[in-house]
Amino acid sequence: MVNGSRTAPPPAAPAAPARIQVADLRLSYGDKEVIHGISFDVRANEILGVIGPAQSGKSSMLRCLNRTIEFVAGARVSGTVHVDGEDVSRTRDVHALRRKIGMVAPLPVGLPLTIYDNVAFAPRCAGLRDRAELDALVEHCLRQAALWDEVKDRLGSLGTALSGGQQQRLTIARALSHRPEVLCLDEFSIAIDPVTTMRIEDVLKELRREITIILVTNLTQQARRLADRTMFMLNGRIVELDRTDVVFSEQPGSRQTWDYVNGNFG
Amino acid sequence: MSAAPPAVPTRFVRTAHVARKERAEGVARFLFFLMAAAMVVPLCAILGYLLWKAAPALHLGFLLDVPKKGMTEGGIWPAFVGTLYLVGMSLAVSAPVGVLAAVYLNEYSRDNAFTRAINLAVINLAGVPSIVHALFGLGAFVYAAKFGYSILSASLTLAIMTLPVIIASTREALASVPHSFREACWNVGASRWQTIQAVVLPNSISGILTGLILQVSRAAGETAPIMFTGAVFYKAVQRGDLFPYRLDEQCMALSMHLYTVATQVPNVQEAIPYATAVVLLGSVLLVNATAVTLRVWLRGRKRW
Repeated sequence: MVNGSRTAPPPAAPAAPARIQVADLRLSYGDKEVIHGISFDVRANEILGVIGPAQSGKSSMLRCLNRTIEFVAGARVSGTVHVDGEDVSRTRDVHALRRKIGMVAPLPVGLPLTIYDNVAFAPRCAGLRDRAELDALVEHCLRQAALWDEVKDRLGSLGTALSGGQQQRLTIARALSHRPEVLCLDEFSIAIDPVTTMRIEDVLKELRREITIILVTNLTQQARRLADRTMFMLNGRIVELDRTDVVFSEQPGSRQTWDYVNGNFG
Repeated sequence: MSAAPPAVPTRFVRTAHVARKERAEGVARFLFFLMAAAMVVPLCAILGYLLWKAAPALHLGFLLDVPKKGMTEGGIWPAFVGTLYLVGMSLAVSAPVGVLAAVYLNEYSRDNAFTRAINLAVINLAGVPSIVHALFGLGAFVYAAKFGYSILSASLTLAIMTLPVIIASTREALASVPHSFREACWNVGASRWQTIQAVVLPNSISGILTGLILQVSRAAGETAPIMFTGAVFYKAVQRGDLFPYRLDEQCMALSMHLYTVATQVPNVQEAIPYATAVVLLGSVLLVNATAVTLRVWLRGRKRW
């Protein structure tokens, strides 16, 4: 704490316990290692922004958190990921783990089901059958995703028939439908217009009170607007992880960070 | 930097190059059209010739009647029902096995030596000539399994023959469902089976059924596999009887009957072989038409 110009909090900030702890995570596809041993933690009820150019391992890192990386042929993971103290590689119920960690993919995916079934799918997979409960849950999630007013009169029509922006909000509603405690968004705004993006950002600001959010984004300004802390990844390594105002300040911890957030490369 | 910029090309002028290009385009289009049209000629020729030759024997009685006077007169009912038996039985075996195997290979299996061996087996089995399947059926079902010459042996042989193609076509249908749907399901904690039930099967069912139905017509047309394992030249049954055979009996079949009346029996009424061929071809075309209709109908309900 010698450096007075930077009012960084003490390292052992007691306020926010770690929700996710990643230690020495390595990932390779075949012979090619794409994540070279990264360690970081995600604190409860924060928005962690993850920025970095393409191919820096951001999306792959997310897939390691909920173990969907297992569906990728040839992917090998080492290191540990703890969610609320539980090692994900030893979890008894991987499906329950995936319901604990909501995941929103870059491109909107409306499942070829009705709007209602799109949102009710995950709870049903988890065993919820009660119609009234499902109705309430579907409405709650669609409201949270700022989609309810647009679709409340046509819940029986196909989710795939919605526009791109609506489908992305449907995807978010689906990700919220299993009541996740951590929500991971992977470049959710690349396929939707700025107005919808801002609406979803407002949604995220609401959500942070209840859940922890990991926001992977190509738009550095989006991380700046939303994130409490920002992680800058480059070529499978973490260059910097610090409070967002530090990362976007004139004196971030690394020259590369400054170059990237100021648009000098990437 | 000092080099002159490339000259602006001449546009909208009919140069020699443009004329050549247009000629080549015309020739190519005509040639391709000709080849496509040529596909229709054999079909029309075969159908036309058959119908013309078969005309005297073509009436409902021919289908329902049994062969008479040493198969020189009468109808084809036992053969028709026999074919229904064989095809139905073989499909009852090969459809569930093939579809479920394809689901495993496409949705569950990882890319390892075992899966690659199965894939290799499927591809090679699909390429085995039907006469070899017939010999295998003879050895495996008739003798080794002691089913004897029977509908059971013949159907199982047909099932083995159609299985690899069913697996291949089902896998293709499953693979046509976008991968992003599966990932979306996995991301919300759905198991593989829940994903398959909710998203994969409903959206690939049209392709799966089409593949199955096309195998029906293939099984109906094959002669060799059943000739060695369960089909006979003649079997006495009642006119119009829908259940004339037991599964451990031999039966007649259309393809076999056609071979018999066309080559083995002297003094057959001239129209009978042709009419038999018309019934066989008609049944196959009917089944194919069903497949096409089903496909169109299911595709109309496709949801992305």
